[in-house]
Amino acid sequence: MEILVCARRVPDTSENEIELNAAGNDIERDELVYSINEPDNYAVEEALQIVTRVGGNVTVATVGDDDEILRREMAMGASHGVLITDDAFNGSDGRGIATILKAFVQKGNYDLILTGVQAEDGGAQVGGMLAALLDYPFASLVNSIEVLEGKKLKVSREIEGGNKEMNEIDLPCVLSIQTGINEPRYVGMRGIRQVASIPIPTFAASDLGLDAGAVGEAAAKVKRVDYFVPALGQGAEILHGTREENIDKVLELVAAKGGLK
Amino acid sequence: MARIICYIVHKAGVPDDSAFELVAAARKIDPAATPTAILTGGGAEVDVACNAVGASYPEIWKITNDALAYPNAELIRKALVKALPSNSIVLVAHEHFGIDLAPGLSIKLKSAFVSDVVDIAGIEGSALNVVRQEFGGQVSAHVRCDISSGAVLTIRPGAFKPLGAVPIRVAVVDKSNDIGTLTAGRRYLETLVAEAGDVDITKHNVLVSIGRGIQEKDNVAIAEELAEALGAAVSCSRPVVDAKWMEKSRQVGSSGKTVKPKVYLACGISGAFQHLAGIKGSPFLIAINKNPKAPIFQVADIGIIDDILEFLPEMTNKARELRHVA
Repeated sequence: MEILVCARRVPDTSENEIELNAAGNDIERDELVYSINEPDNYAVEEALQIVTRVGGNVTVATVGDDDEILRREMAMGASHGVLITDDAFNGSDGRGIATILKAFVQKGNYDLILTGVQAEDGGAQVGGMLAALLDYPFASLVNSIEVLEGKKLKVSREIEGGNKEMNEIDLPCVLSIQTGINEPRYVGMRGIRQVASIPIPTFAASDLGLDAGAVGEAAAKVKRVDYFVPALGQGAEILHGTREENIDKVLELVAAKGGLK
Repeated sequence: MARIICYIVHKAGVPDDSAFELVAAARKIDPAATPTAILTGGGAEVDVACNAVGASYPEIWKITNDALAYPNAELIRKALVKALPSNSIVLVAHEHFGIDLAPGLSIKLKSAFVSDVVDIAGIEGSALNVVRQEFGGQVSAHVRCDISSGAVLTIRPGAFKPLGAVPIRVAVVDKSNDIGTLTAGRRYLETLVAEAGDVDITKHNVLVSIGRGIQEKDNVAIAEELAEALGAAVSCSRPVVDAKWMEKSRQVGSSGKTVKPKVYLACGISGAFQHLAGIKGSPFLIAINKNPKAPIFQVADIGIIDDILEFLPEMTNKARELRHVA
């Protein structure tokens, strides 16, 4: 099975506190640590597990200007990394990114396309848009995949209350992968060094036959104007005592609120 | 102003709570709007659901078709593309069905798309300004959306206060004949109900709930010891389940369990809305987190900025002493 995983490089919220910059209109981007979007990493792991079972190749593609996450995912075992990059892509909205990915997909011959369910600064949108642009079937929030005979998959979707919605879906299709579907393998510095010299092909708008007017800022119907931190409501009463005092207070409150027997 | 259409999720004729929140979002987009509810389904349950939202929407459309008995997003998308007027503003709840339906719907309607909207800032010419949250709620963003060729917005459940009844009850318009034959590349098979766990966290008055801040599986014991000393149970947020440190049956949130304790100790939990959505009944919420900017502090009653790996064991010792004395 030929599998394409569409991945994104995002600020890593487990490594950073996201704060406003001094001007108060964007997040503070100096010294941000970036990494692969977490659900995308699960998607790559799932793709690798599928090709281990049924054979095939995993290609990881990203729209952006940095190949760091591609190296990481190649160190995990992806056969190919592809950087889709062009100044004309800057300012693309979700539809723009999906349009770029559609053009890339049509250059290849993929049976299955995976994305992460959502990016930290994204809208859980590109996978569903890409599927609609390609007229492929789509399932979101996928938390298990079984390959069936006859170019079909059995997938479960995470729905309310921890229940699973089971579906059969025809290939080729697009799935958005939920975290927790698997346990992504560890990647060490050594693994990344081993793939450091593998060339990563790049694709620009012209390579994909994309009209610059169909993507990028000019085509975007949706634009982020600024970031802000909303004025809080009441908020928590922060206890400023010593740890011991705070513990006493919490135990007292737990008892007072009907907690302790 | 374009027509605003709210897609109503319902189950066996009972509309989801979001039905009454979408109409509030619609009125915030345009106070003069007459929002239209649209409902789909296989048969009589649609009429029951139409009736249930009948006092909240000035216009109601329904589509019934055997193929729509189970809400398959691809089939419903195809039906909506045929039934909706061009340039509509379509509102859908941001839950598992909306996430499945809405992005592809916006492509097929050739309209703009914004997901997980938490507030409406207003209309400016052909632009609709909305508010989203990013980075797990640590920051918000104003997003400008060109609605000149319509828009699809998913609306965060609970973000808009539900609106009550409107005075006039209207006839339901049947759009079933507009949609033609429906086929899809994805077929619903069955729903597997979550397995019950060893502990039923929905039945406890006190929950010691842990998040990513617990850092590793071996540290879960710290929370279990405190819970034992307090006569409480341990629950958790999504990252703890994703990492396989606890069973899914312990997860609180929109994709986990809904709990109604009297006291909720959120330990090393950042406070993403999907987690908070699982905490009902307004418990006394105590948050312990070493990040003073964690969104959990916006909703907690009491906050303590401390490292849970040190705080919880000391609290356990103190709780045991108190029990001993008592």
